[in-house]
Amino acid sequence: MRCAIKRVRTTAVLATAVLATASCSLVGGDDDGGGTDADGNPTEVVLLTHGSFSLPDDLVAAFEEESGLELVIRTGGDAGEVTNRLVLTKDDPAGDVVFGIDNAFGSRALDEGVLAPADVAWPAGAEQFALPGDDDRLLTPVDNGNVCVNIDTTYFAEKGLAEPETLEDLTEPAYRDLFVTPSAATSSPGLAFLLATIAEYGEEWPAYWERLMGNGAEIASGWTDAYQVAFTQGGGDGDRPIVTSYDSSPAFTVPEDGTASTTRALLDTCFLQVEYAGVLAGAANPDGAAQVVEWLVTPEVQAALPDNMYVFPVADGVALPEAWATLAERPADPAEVDPAEVAAERDAWLEEWTEITTR
Amino acid sequence: MTRTSTGRTAALLGLAALPVGVLTVFFVLPVAGMLERGFWPDGGFDPGAVLDVLARPRVHRVLWFTLWSSTVATVLAVVLGLPAAYALYRPRFPLRGLVRGLLLVPFVLPTVVVGVAFRQLLRDGGPLGVLGLDGTPAGIVTALVFFNVAVVIRTVGSAWEGLDRRPAEAAAALGASPVTVFRTVTLPALRPAVVSAASVVFLFCATAFGVVLTLGGTRYSSVETEIYLLTTDLLDLPAAAALSIVQLVVVVGLLLVAGRARRVPDPTVARHASAARPRGVRRGDVPALVATGLLLVAVATPIVTLVLGSLRDDRGWTLRFYRALAGDGATDPAGGGATLVAPVTEALGNSLRVAVDATWMSLLLGTLVAVVVTRRSRSRAERRLRGVLDGFFMLPLGVSAVTLGFGFLITLDEPPLDLRDSALLVPIAQALVALPLVVRTLVPVLNGIDDRQRQAAASLGAGALRSLATVDLPVVWKPLLAAAGFAFAVSLGEFGATSFLAREDHPTLPIVIFRLIGRPGELSYGTALAASVVLAATTALVLLAVERLRVPALGSW
Repeated sequence: MRCAIKRVRTTAVLATAVLATASCSLVGGDDDGGGTDADGNPTEVVLLTHGSFSLPDDLVAAFEEESGLELVIRTGGDAGEVTNRLVLTKDDPAGDVVFGIDNAFGSRALDEGVLAPADVAWPAGAEQFALPGDDDRLLTPVDNGNVCVNIDTTYFAEKGLAEPETLEDLTEPAYRDLFVTPSAATSSPGLAFLLATIAEYGEEWPAYWERLMGNGAEIASGWTDAYQVAFTQGGGDGDRPIVTSYDSSPAFTVPEDGTASTTRALLDTCFLQVEYAGVLAGAANPDGAAQVVEWLVTPEVQAALPDNMYVFPVADGVALPEAWATLAERPADPAEVDPAEVAAERDAWLEEWTEITTR
Repeated sequence: MTRTSTGRTAALLGLAALPVGVLTVFFVLPVAGMLERGFWPDGGFDPGAVLDVLARPRVHRVLWFTLWSSTVATVLAVVLGLPAAYALYRPRFPLRGLVRGLLLVPFVLPTVVVGVAFRQLLRDGGPLGVLGLDGTPAGIVTALVFFNVAVVIRTVGSAWEGLDRRPAEAAAALGASPVTVFRTVTLPALRPAVVSAASVVFLFCATAFGVVLTLGGTRYSSVETEIYLLTTDLLDLPAAAALSIVQLVVVVGLLLVAGRARRVPDPTVARHASAARPRGVRRGDVPALVATGLLLVAVATPIVTLVLGSLRDDRGWTLRFYRALAGDGATDPAGGGATLVAPVTEALGNSLRVAVDATWMSLLLGTLVAVVVTRRSRSRAERRLRGVLDGFFMLPLGVSAVTLGFGFLITLDEPPLDLRDSALLVPIAQALVALPLVVRTLVPVLNGIDDRQRQAAASLGAGALRSLATVDLPVVWKPLLAAAGFAFAVSLGEFGATSFLAREDHPTLPIVIFRLIGRPGELSYGTALAASVVLAATTALVLLAVERLRVPALGSW
């Protein structure tokens, strides 16, 4: 009797399992049909982008409605990874258009010839973010943000300690063991911060990093580890009140009952990051690709960037979220490094940086 | 009717054809493509650049670190896992299935999440900050053990459970002390399973990616993370190719060694189809049970850290992070709407669907492989062929996910193999990840089946299928279910390959968690922790269901 019951139960479970397999296996996944309509025109356009890409569904739906194209979004890795996969597949790209190449990797994409010219109208305000050296305007600026050192203002108030302001301040004994920054080798804000120090100190940057490490700076593996875990105002209960993050970060550290942020970006320590979109050489649907680039700089998408990707629009006259308008203060004159120099020196810089920071 | 040796070899190759084909397309081809880019950087053969890489001091440091950290972690995982394998598979006690399921959860959690939990635990001021493990190799080794102790428990445990008890009882009846019995009877019989488990654990440790990357930063780099750096950041393909080859060579060498050690003098003695009858707890079991309890606490600590984090914000206890899971427009009062990539509920659905596919794929392939490599060989050539096949199917363990991911991109790009868009890539990649586990779960069991039973069945007129159904299936049934649950759970938590291949419109749960954790704001972070708890709970449920499903061994009567 027990056996019989057990058998029935086992059979039932197995039957459920089989049914589940049948109902949600391969057949359950949608296949993306052909790529063309009756007249041989492409019906879909494939956007390659990085893991931080995010836009509201209704904006994507509106684009598909208007263009008559299906937008297929394929993600992978960060800005560097996206650029490198384009270089590896330039003979036969896995998509039509790319978004997310930044100014640290833009020159590599241009040098390797992964992009094709396209007729895209830039919105007012975008020109100032054009990648230096991109004379054919292959890369359209879509968003920008600054990587800046952020501090926990409540910490310094409680300790009665003067707040640091400059890169040089971070090497002062008063701020020993207080600073954490993501690795330049494995994270894009980490690389941006390294570039900020190179912009500030030029050839002398290795000496600066030696002083910084000598003052107890901590290298975290990524932004998450630095900001969410080690920083005192991140998600966890960190113990370092100075961290490398973004100029928009203070907008996210407002206590529920307050109106002022508990953190502040140090505006003299910033490095400007710009993200670009471009049509890929060898795209199956170059027209659709150009439409995607134009869509990314429409006022609707530009306005959605802060809430969805935590970056600023490049177009003039786009309203910012309320908290951003009041709390995300922007540097007047962020540091820049010539992209051509970045392209030529990046690997050597990273090697030297790794040597200094892992000593 | 006797079959000729050629006929047997043909049958062997026939069975192996499907798994070999799949592995060729989805493993050999992509890896070869990446190696080609390394050795032929500009079209011309240039091995010099590759060889130069091996002389770099940093490469030496990386190799040494990989070697010793994996060795220490493997030894610790075996030492800690053995008592638990015994306690959870020999005596019967209440909640045994629950504890088994819980101990397996870490193995399938996304490494990024565990990395964050570990850092919160270990850093100065954290609950375990006094140990001073933060940022040290010890922290990495601890995390590796945390992930892999489950492999030892599962592999050795199920072997232990199926162990014929009579030799041990006979030895005890003849006056041998429990220690002597363990040393002279039990351990030799378990050796294949222990060596299996240890070799798999070593491979997992040596190729661990997320753990080393999150806990090691740039200071401690393993071969795997170094390949990642070289490929994704520096695009230094010759160097990446050099390290990939080193990794492959080491893995092949290891598999050879492990294969030799795994061989038991007389497999028919090691295991008997008649499984042990369950029995209650005896006094002698207490040390093992206590050790298991301590292990459970140790494994639970990072998970509890996660759970607590998901239930607390800066003002106190709250459920708001869990409420945010269902919506996609959760509003963060601090900074506008923090939109979820996809509602966690939807991502969980995607994860489950993908896991179903990955499970049947890995089971199908894994079973074929296990059958092929365990049938008694009649000739030396046949045995050698089986050995080669066995090793071949373990190779996916030893290759960097990044190499594989980029390899997919550059080799599977032409019809009929333009699979870069295929929704199947993710389940296929996950099936490859789970394949060696499935094989290693099944092989010791199949190995233990006395071939004379098959011969008896054959002499009584049973065909190959019939003897498979009456001899192999009854014994392999339970491990097969366990392997299925295991593959399913692995797929649920798989992050490395998935993050590279997944499409934005169908994110899996680990991907959504990773996205959330990379966003500013307390709500995003808390929601990521809550989603991790959901993932861990789902995984635990699956593993517990597998425990429940176990049918009584048919061979025992």
